[in-house]
Amino acid sequence: MSKDVKIVKRTIEDVTKIRRTRLYIPGNNPAMIRNAPLFGADQVIFDLEDGVAINQKDSARILVRNALKSLNFGETEVTVRINPLGTEFFEDDLKEIIPTKPYAIVLPKAETHKQILQICDKIAAFEERNGMPIGTIKLAPIIESALGVLQAEQIALASDRIVGISPGGEDLTADLGAERTIEGEELLYIRSKLLLAARGAGVQVYDTVYTNVRDNVGLLLQTKKIIRLGYDGKACIHPSQIELIHKSFMPTEAQIERAERIIGAYKIAQEQGVGVICVDNKMIDVPVVKRSERILKRAEAGRRK
Amino acid sequence: MKILRSAQAGSLESQDILVTVKKGKAGTGIIINLDSPSLVQYGRKIHEEIEFVIKDFEIEDVKVQAIDKGALGFTIKARTETAIKRAIKKES
Amino acid sequence: MEFTENIVGRKIPKKINGRKLQPFMGLGQYTMPTHKAATRIRRRLSGETKLLQSIDEAIEKSELKSGMTISFHHHFRGGDNLMNLVIKKIAEKGIKNITLAPSSIHPVHAPLVKYVEDGTITNICCGVTGPVGDAISRGKLKGILTVRSHGGRARSIEDGDCRIDVAFIGAPTADEFGNLNGVDGKQACGPLGYMVPDAQFADMVIAVTNNLVPFPCNNIFINQNHVDYVVKIKEPIGNPDGIVSGTTRITRDPIRLGIAKTCVKVIEGSGLLKDRFSFQSGAGGITLAVTKFLSERMKDLDIKGSFGMGGSTSALVEMLESGLFTRILDVQAFDKVAIQSLKNNPNHIGIGASQYANIHSSGAAVNVLDTVVLGATEVDINFNVNVVTESDGRILHGIGGHQDTSEGAKLTIVALPLLRGRNPVIIDRVTTVTSPGMNIDVVVTDYGVAVNPECKFYNKLMKLKGINYMKIEELRDIAYELVGGAPDPIPFEERIVAIIEHRDGTILDVVCQIKE
Repeated sequence: MSKDVKIVKRTIEDVTKIRRTRLYIPGNNPAMIRNAPLFGADQVIFDLEDGVAINQKDSARILVRNALKSLNFGETEVTVRINPLGTEFFEDDLKEIIPTKPYAIVLPKAETHKQILQICDKIAAFEERNGMPIGTIKLAPIIESALGVLQAEQIALASDRIVGISPGGEDLTADLGAERTIEGEELLYIRSKLLLAARGAGVQVYDTVYTNVRDNVGLLLQTKKIIRLGYDGKACIHPSQIELIHKSFMPTEAQIERAERIIGAYKIAQEQGVGVICVDNKMIDVPVVKRSERILKRAEAGRRK
Repeated sequence: MKILRSAQAGSLESQDILVTVKKGKAGTGIIINLDSPSLVQYGRKIHEEIEFVIKDFEIEDVKVQAIDKGALGFTIKARTETAIKRAIKKES
Repeated sequence: MEFTENIVGRKIPKKINGRKLQPFMGLGQYTMPTHKAATRIRRRLSGETKLLQSIDEAIEKSELKSGMTISFHHHFRGGDNLMNLVIKKIAEKGIKNITLAPSSIHPVHAPLVKYVEDGTITNICCGVTGPVGDAISRGKLKGILTVRSHGGRARSIEDGDCRIDVAFIGAPTADEFGNLNGVDGKQACGPLGYMVPDAQFADMVIAVTNNLVPFPCNNIFINQNHVDYVVKIKEPIGNPDGIVSGTTRITRDPIRLGIAKTCVKVIEGSGLLKDRFSFQSGAGGITLAVTKFLSERMKDLDIKGSFGMGGSTSALVEMLESGLFTRILDVQAFDKVAIQSLKNNPNHIGIGASQYANIHSSGAAVNVLDTVVLGATEVDINFNVNVVTESDGRILHGIGGHQDTSEGAKLTIVALPLLRGRNPVIIDRVTTVTSPGMNIDVVVTDYGVAVNPECKFYNKLMKLKGINYMKIEELRDIAYELVGGAPDPIPFEERIVAIIEHRDGTILDVVCQIKE
């Protein structure tokens, strides 16, 4: 790396942005790609990996690259899931996709700290080649194996590019030898561990997909669960899942009202230089303020879509 | 670049286009046979898009069969590019 | 040819095919006739029979001659056999130069192309979908196609603009004295609403049925006093599978569902969604979804509407049965549930085309409609709508009730995705004006919503939160950007092959032969 290379650091916005829904869009489907900004998801993931047949990898890569170059996705954040390191597609995926500047690369089968570093070096090389500041493209690793889960902290901490991590439900349950259930007990420990790893690294954590697109009851149950755990969002495999997830993330009127009062009192306290403040006879400290900010952010997003 | 074999990309799904490229006889140039529901209003544009990609590969003689199902420009260019890359790839 | 320009900027010939044309000048701006046409006086004496044994015999009795006008209804839609059957017989008898004035022509009528080409049929008055429209666009019809809305057709028959010499009415059930029932028999299709003006104003009315029942039949839609002859034939007059669908399914396409949800928000935002609310539903993907979401919203808000108007579907019937509407007014039925409802529920009321939508009448139901949600093939930046010609210039659809409901309803919403394949739907200038922009209030697309600045709900709607409002020009710009620019102009010949009437009988636009 030459000395005059520009570097961009991860910002607070990068790790606090509202990402309730991350919609997977098969990379070889022109109609879905064109409609990507219309479904109302906070983020879309154009998928070059599992959503594309082996003999269409070239086709999907070129299609997604063209779409990113020429279409306007508006407010919807755009990411691309590439094929994992070690496959014959990995390098070509990066080569074609990086110049189109997606917000992030979604990295499947993340397993070790070392592997993340290798990948970041590759991305950096392509960024440099295309005259982009190093660190422009963010990274969202998916942990899909027992080994990956054990190394979750190291993965989340591996790079300043990382904005969030997530478990890969199907592969994980297979690797564990567990059965997938609606209740999701088999993934409870993993979801909790990933949450800890993410928060420890100061990044977000997004849940895996709910695969039965016709079962809204199960989707609602699972979504409420992961929200209670502290998750920032959930992946979707069908646009029809988006509205329900957004509704689940919508705070109640009482929560919103309380959060507004807390933020209001906190602002006044700051202006007046008061140290300790109370709302409803409870002491308000920085974590409470932070949580209130997140509630108001979710409420604002919920009112929009 | 030279077309080594016939190759195809895309599909007949809605908003996609199926592009087949074949070797053309020397001196025949770029021959495009296009079938599209938007032929009257966008046929000229689609021809341009296909030709643009072919010329980018510096291919002189090629026969293109394109069956369009309402694809936008980004798809038409992508499918043409993929078909050509498949057709000029050295090892089979 | 001499031309004048109408107020939607279209050049209209002063005269065509021997007919003097009045250009469209806006609501109520034209010379109106003073009296309706009158039909022939008949006399039936005691003991006379109306029963005939074959189509051949019926054609003879009707005294049909070359140059006359005949009509049919389209209540059998894609399952109609009668029109093909009768016209084949007419051609066999060497009768030529017929003006065909059914309520609609469908793809199932492809065999008629031959009779257009050989001069059996030389003029057509109605909406046309399918191969006959294609043939007309290629210049095969010697005379001209006059496209009218459902209400406009009723008006033209009653005013005498379109004098029907012989009306052939396919009757799912009939008695030998000429009472016709639409809800029983193999070809049950619901109301025979579009045929009411024909029954009342044609000089000769012939009912054709496969299901003759003893006099008097029940559920009478068209009365014995209007029917001259009843023909019972063995050959099926309609194929039940093509007449109705079993169930009308709601689309799962998230884009269309999203558009439908936005429509409901707009309806609510207009303030019209309150007790006594009235609504017209269609059977199209988006409008059907609107009906569903509207039901849910009315339940949430505990709103009791007054009437829903059809084209009725099971979705509309469900609203009636769950008390969201107190009545259905119904000119045609789209599915079995709707037919059964018309038959069994006294609050499901069948109406004729004039009662539905004739501007020259003392009461068209469209005038008391709060909201209608419609589709379109193209909309331009002046909100003019085209539902008739395709992106290649061919005539491929009829107007249906679009003109009538859009003019009558308080709030008219046109709902459609911004692109159809690569074709932009919001454009600078529609190929053909079939509903004038002054009657369109809101255009709802997947990319945003445009409100006509002339709309009386404009200020109220613009205050509505959670709607992605844009100027209609902005929607056009997005569409053009997506498809790579404005569409190339469609090459037309000079010859006019069709005129588009407004529901009041003035001329909105003309369609020329396509260049091949």
